[in-house]
Amino acid sequence: MEKAKRIKTIQTRDLVNSIKDGGCGECQTSCQSACKTSCGVANQKCENTQK
Amino acid sequence: MIHKYKLNGYNIVLDVYSNSLHIVDDIAYDIISIYKEKSTEDIINTMLEMHPEITKDDILECLSDISQLEKENKLFSEDTYSNIPIRKRSNSNIVKALCLHVAHTCNLNCEYCFASQGNYKGKRALMSYEVGKQALDFLINHSGTRRNLEVDFFGGEPLMNLDVCKQLVKYARSIEKEHNKNFRFTLTTNGVLIDDDVIKFANEQMDNVVLSLDGRKCVHDRLRKDIKGNGSYDLIVPKFQKLVSNRTKGTYYVRGTFTHFNTDFTNDILHMADLGFTELSMEPVVCPPEDVYALTKEDLPIILEQYEILAKEMLNREKQGKEFVFYHYMIDLTHGPCIYKRLSGCGSGTEYLAVTPWGELFPCHQFVSDSNYSMGDVWQGITNISLQKEFGMCNAYSREECKDCWAKLYCSGGCAANAYHASGSILGTYEYGCELFKKRMECAIMLQIARQDIKLAD
Repeated sequence: MEKAKRIKTIQTRDLVNSIKDGGCGECQTSCQSACKTSCGVANQKCENTQK
Repeated sequence: MIHKYKLNGYNIVLDVYSNSLHIVDDIAYDIISIYKEKSTEDIINTMLEMHPEITKDDILECLSDISQLEKENKLFSEDTYSNIPIRKRSNSNIVKALCLHVAHTCNLNCEYCFASQGNYKGKRALMSYEVGKQALDFLINHSGTRRNLEVDFFGGEPLMNLDVCKQLVKYARSIEKEHNKNFRFTLTTNGVLIDDDVIKFANEQMDNVVLSLDGRKCVHDRLRKDIKGNGSYDLIVPKFQKLVSNRTKGTYYVRGTFTHFNTDFTNDILHMADLGFTELSMEPVVCPPEDVYALTKEDLPIILEQYEILAKEMLNREKQGKEFVFYHYMIDLTHGPCIYKRLSGCGSGTEYLAVTPWGELFPCHQFVSDSNYSMGDVWQGITNISLQKEFGMCNAYSREECKDCWAKLYCSGGCAANAYHASGSILGTYEYGCELFKKRMECAIMLQIARQDIKLAD
């Protein structure tokens, strides 16, 4: 029987690659359309359809 | 840099700079903890002592997997971004979002209002159509090649100036095609003036609607009162329910504020869900520390635990088909923001500006009551160039405190207004907010893993 793996890598956006396909600037720029008081970028949607 | 934590039965390891995410068992978790500090021999000895049930071969096999991930830059990867030009720079001069303060007045008298009951410590005023139109022209003229332009009707209470909001939307729609722009409007309202006419307008024209509700009636009514001191819950909840049930496109958020009085705010979020709302947001109060409802040091562990309780309850409800969205837990692991976005952070004072009823520009809605932060006006544009440059410097690398923080590519240095209020400088940090943010991100990542039902034995 094959041993259970101890590490499993989950698919995520490759940030190093995004140097090439990112930076279009079309995404939301601040918290103003939602929470209004505490900006984070993690939950903002990527608007780049070309990547 | 890595960040590892245990939550809801998952051992999670995040590789900060590559954005790689791993779930690991207890053995791998413990090896990763000492991998960079000890020699192979020391690791083996330490692990055999900690875990007598495993063999030396088990440890060597795991070490080999870790080493392979390190070679692939998926674990312990180095920061290779510090020389990337950050998009949001003061010399770009692009503006793509405006918060239009169409009403510096309000029909509620909420005790904790950061806008000082709607007037931002100034005189009460409504924005005229002419000022609003000039603001939209300013936005188009300064947006360069950006297509999506965001405009937020804000206050005070923007529905106290509904006719101007409608006229401005009509004007924007009449010019957006010729300029190859797409206006996205948001309305933030306390709900008092919502009627069928508002519902039609909001649901036809608003890309997003933010509806202010603090949760349970006793919590909401304690601070969100009308001028006579009566709670507003019974008046607004049916209106919000009607607006949401008629919404066929765009998003909405039922958005609450929690304070020292309701550190068990998960119950308020669940109450919103029980009222039938499915897009929810709940924010810590923004106020001076001496206010009676300000969050205290003692509240912090309680709040952190609440975020965990919320995440677990969301999973429970998802299994029952009663799912809802919590704004701060919305992360997209595979199509999330690019590195430029993660480095450049909030566009306040550069790409994003707030406009007062008389056309004065401020870095964002949270600076409007402070005349030191006046940046210019919608006719002359930004005239306070040094302030624009200062805001242009706010990014994931501009604060010493963020240097070794695992969450910096998730918050990008955080909110300039929070930093200013906490430290006196927009280039400072608001540590309390950092702690809340980090816990929210841990929960958000765990939720994504739990939803994919990823198990190590698969």
